[in-house]
Amino acid sequence: MTTAIDSSILTLVTFIPLTGGLLLLLVPRRDRDIRIFSLVVTLLAFVLSLHLPVHFHRMQGGFQYEVNKHWISSPNIHYHMGVDGFSLWLVVLTTFLTPLCVLISWNSIHERVKEFFIILLILETALIGVFTSLDMFLFYFFWEATLIPMALLIGMYGHGRRVYAAVKFFLYTMIASVFMLAAILWLYSKVGTFDFVTVQRVIRGGNVENFGGAAIWLFLGFFIAFAVKVPLFPLHTWLPDAHVEAPTAGSVLLAGVLLKMGTYGMLRFNLGLFPEQSRQNAPWIIALALIGIIYGALVAMVQPNMKKLIAYSSISHLGFVVLGIFSFTAAGLNGAEFVMLAHGVSTGALFMLAGILYERRHTYEIAEFGGLATPMPMYAAFFLFIVLASVGLPLLNGFVGEFLVLSGAFAARAVYGILAATGVIWSACYLLWMYQRVFFGKVTQDVNNSLTDLSRREKIALWPIAVVALSMGVAPLLWLSMIDPAARTALAPFSQIVSSVVGQ
Amino acid sequence: MTPNLHLCLIPLLPLIGAAINGLLGRRFSRLQVSAIALGFCGAAFVMALWVAARFSSLTVPYIEYVAPWIRAGDFRADFAFYLDQLSLVMLLVVTGVGFLIHVYSVGYMWKDSGFYRFFSYLNLFMFFMLTLVLAGNYLVMFIGWEGVGLASYLLIGFWFTKDSAASAGKKAFIVNRIGDFGFLIGLFLMIKHFGSLNFTQLFQTVSGMGVEKDEAGLLTAIGVLLMVGAAGKSAQIPLYVWLPDAMEGPTPVSALIHAATMVTAGVYMVARSHVIFERAPLALMVVAIIGTLTALFAATIGLVQTDIKKVLAYSTVSQLGYMFMACGVAAFSAGIFHLMTHAFFKGLLFLAAGSVIHSLGGEQDMRLMGGLRTKIPWTFWTMTAATFAIAGFPPFAGFFSKDEILWRASRVSLVYWGIGLFTAFLTSFYMFRLWFLTFFGEYRGPEGAGLGHGAGQHHDAAHSDVPGDGGIHESPRVMLIPLAILAVLSVIGGWVGVPGSLGGSNHFGKFLSPVFHSTIPAAVSEGMPPEERTEGPEPTAGARQELLYTTVSVGAAFLGLFLAWLLYWRRPELPQRIADSLGGLYHTVLHKYYVDELYGMLVVKPVVDGSTRILWQGIDQNVIDATVNDSADSARHLSDAVRHMQSGNIRSYAGWVALGAALVIAYMVWMGVQ
Repeated sequence: MTTAIDSSILTLVTFIPLTGGLLLLLVPRRDRDIRIFSLVVTLLAFVLSLHLPVHFHRMQGGFQYEVNKHWISSPNIHYHMGVDGFSLWLVVLTTFLTPLCVLISWNSIHERVKEFFIILLILETALIGVFTSLDMFLFYFFWEATLIPMALLIGMYGHGRRVYAAVKFFLYTMIASVFMLAAILWLYSKVGTFDFVTVQRVIRGGNVENFGGAAIWLFLGFFIAFAVKVPLFPLHTWLPDAHVEAPTAGSVLLAGVLLKMGTYGMLRFNLGLFPEQSRQNAPWIIALALIGIIYGALVAMVQPNMKKLIAYSSISHLGFVVLGIFSFTAAGLNGAEFVMLAHGVSTGALFMLAGILYERRHTYEIAEFGGLATPMPMYAAFFLFIVLASVGLPLLNGFVGEFLVLSGAFAARAVYGILAATGVIWSACYLLWMYQRVFFGKVTQDVNNSLTDLSRREKIALWPIAVVALSMGVAPLLWLSMIDPAARTALAPFSQIVSSVVGQ
Repeated sequence: MTPNLHLCLIPLLPLIGAAINGLLGRRFSRLQVSAIALGFCGAAFVMALWVAARFSSLTVPYIEYVAPWIRAGDFRADFAFYLDQLSLVMLLVVTGVGFLIHVYSVGYMWKDSGFYRFFSYLNLFMFFMLTLVLAGNYLVMFIGWEGVGLASYLLIGFWFTKDSAASAGKKAFIVNRIGDFGFLIGLFLMIKHFGSLNFTQLFQTVSGMGVEKDEAGLLTAIGVLLMVGAAGKSAQIPLYVWLPDAMEGPTPVSALIHAATMVTAGVYMVARSHVIFERAPLALMVVAIIGTLTALFAATIGLVQTDIKKVLAYSTVSQLGYMFMACGVAAFSAGIFHLMTHAFFKGLLFLAAGSVIHSLGGEQDMRLMGGLRTKIPWTFWTMTAATFAIAGFPPFAGFFSKDEILWRASRVSLVYWGIGLFTAFLTSFYMFRLWFLTFFGEYRGPEGAGLGHGAGQHHDAAHSDVPGDGGIHESPRVMLIPLAILAVLSVIGGWVGVPGSLGGSNHFGKFLSPVFHSTIPAAVSEGMPPEERTEGPEPTAGARQELLYTTVSVGAAFLGLFLAWLLYWRRPELPQRIADSLGGLYHTVLHKYYVDELYGMLVVKPVVDGSTRILWQGIDQNVIDATVNDSADSARHLSDAVRHMQSGNIRSYAGWVALGAALVIAYMVWMGVQ
């Protein structure tokens, strides 16, 4: 019984949203029905995805809930899915955020409603697929598949310069992905399979022809695709544009999940397939991550537009993730994964909150607000809570990951930890300054006096986030206990590198 | 000890209160809100008393493990609590003074529209502060450390419609974060080298290490970094700038957070880490120097302030300096002793000042006070007790603690002692200046004060108890009773630490001796530079010499009183003449040495301008993004397909891609079926 569920659960979770999206084609164009239907589908996917952590074997490294079926013989493609502690939580993050996206888009999307929710559901499947695929072809397919719905969300449902932003987003990430495709194809040509586990085993066995010379290029091929997605400085300029123009749901999934495809890819492929190249290239990658942390925060601080501010803050936070990954310490890897999840939750929430304000005022300009805590006390309270989560207040979600990353980076090299730790100062600067300008003081514009506080639907969308943010801070072990084995597995080849170096 | 001691309940009780009031308080009456807030805070106090009664003679720390918190790789930090005499003292001070201030706040905040919010924050603060003092490892301490910062942020900016209050809250948080940065790096060092943040394990490892006499090693680095954190939280040079601004908060907040408890967290943290500091003489010296300089520096600013709360704020900074001076000369128990007496008298000073402000309908400028002695006698008499206590008159509380610090400092270096003594004189002077200006002479404020509530609803205590009662009025009993209790403590609170030279036996020091038992002074004086050490008199002189020092410092207190009496009672025209004759120096001090302006010019403005012009508009837009768009443009000229794509019809483009993808899938499925 359990085995049947265990082996089909990933397929179910991945494809339920897509199925829902296709069924939505048949639903008549009554907006309310469409919204409710989408909510039910995404909730179903979420509930099913909870099976993954509940029945996960914590003591085990490796992949679980695997399904591996021969699919196409030429080229040799397998339908191979499975999750470990890293990908499992990213799947749950996706299924957790999508229903909230449905809720938050309830009224803000009022044209082409049906198309919107179909796109959203397709996007969800693509995102989940990225994290569940263990066949590199499948992975690449889902990877590229996320592009189209996201570009459509931005291009069709965005604001002013939406087409510019959508094309920029599309081209930027598409071009970078080509390098990854080339790397995947090279590996396929040598190993004869796209299967990640097999390729990894063959590489580790040293049985790949010409691997020594090609490895650095393969590493870079993967890395560029991921670095653009993260985005790593200086490949980040698509992100602020995409965020500013995207509809709220687009921003939530973009910041919440899509960026993590990049850092997940680094964990899985760069570290998993090329440990030696990872170590050799770590110094400059870490340098870029550190620049991103500080640079992103400083540029965030002076943004006049709330969404751009949050976008740049994402660059800073994702810098922590990259730093953690390339510190090659257990604390760093655990922390990196935890920051991904925490950032997904709190930045997703920040974009939802910005969207709530946009629905009322149709602007993200910070200068348009001021004194909002008086007309909107409940909104102000939620916003503050999320701000505190983002600045890494202990007992909330942001702290655990940031602390682990910093301590891992410090253990790797003190200067990494010291430079990155200035981030704790900067994040307080940009978020609290923004918060003060939006919420404190007297209401400066009459129109803001009549703003309505959170509606019940908005509260329903925000409460789960608050609860999760608190739980992740108070009981991080629920997450870490599954992440840690994956981190140990990922680090195993590194201890071998170290011991072989020491042995010489 | 006993398995029935649930230490974790003590912080959790006020947390429950905070949650109830925070989530549901809007629907409660004021009485219900007060009952909940006082009930949970009081329960914590009662429990603290019970703990004190049963566990005051612990020989080894009691450690309570509650639950695992963070585990990753080899690192682990758990929710664990720690009770020894040091945390017991802090526990009693925090819950005791905290509870009194809760009571006082009921009267003070009664008319405020944010009543429930205020008590929710206040209880939340208690939770974090108690977590801080009961923590069993540095990371749990850090929870409290950051949490009290949050509570402070919320309470300073409590009247958030006032821009100055909102800015002060933000400033406090950010400056504290700078300190936290140091604290964090210190923690990372400990993790890296000791693999643990657990007090028990950590201190055990460290106590096996030698004193870093000649070289600045690991322990010195950790000590200095911890001191950076302490300087942020406890408002020491160079991070003190947030505390005077923090006076924007309601006065009970200033009393509780910015005088009695939170700002002493840095002192507590240094004392808690005494095992580390004792082995790092250089770090100790840093602590002593920062403390001594801050004590003097802040006291000079306090001389010329005209806002009654600002005087007290700088006084707090200065008194905290004394506590660090004590820690810096490894007289940790003296530092904690002063921390305790300071909590009594400074808490009282703020509450009494609040009562003055309350009675005047929000006036804080001492130049507009005067002659209040007969009008608000309760406030006057309690404040008198506190003033004598802080000025160091025997047998008031502050006398014993300050004297012990000065004596112990003189054993290490007469420079510390000299500056400390001079600061004591300044303290006495500015406090009696405040006393004379407020309570003596003629009333200088506008007629009908106490009615003048039109200055804005969010001025401190801008609310009268009986509308239209007119004139200056004494505060309600709910505010006076805490004043009275603290006044008693300000008088007798120091009697637990009467030194041998005065016929006592320093019970307080003995009580704390299980914590600070290790013999350190030898190591410390060896580590001190020789010229500072040799200045100290021979230690054999003993009690008679100590008595001599005591006499001198009492003399300094009397001198301050005399001078204040001369300038602000006998010859009130003199201060202005002196100020005029000092000219630039006076203005420099009046403007707090222009430190805020300096920070603004050297740090804030360059960072903001640099980020805007160089990083954002310069690098981000004009270099990186321009390059990206340029290459896209040139690519467009190269390729028809791309030009078509750029024409803007994204939907048709996406359609093509989708069609292509569908064909690929169809092909693959078809191949798979084969």
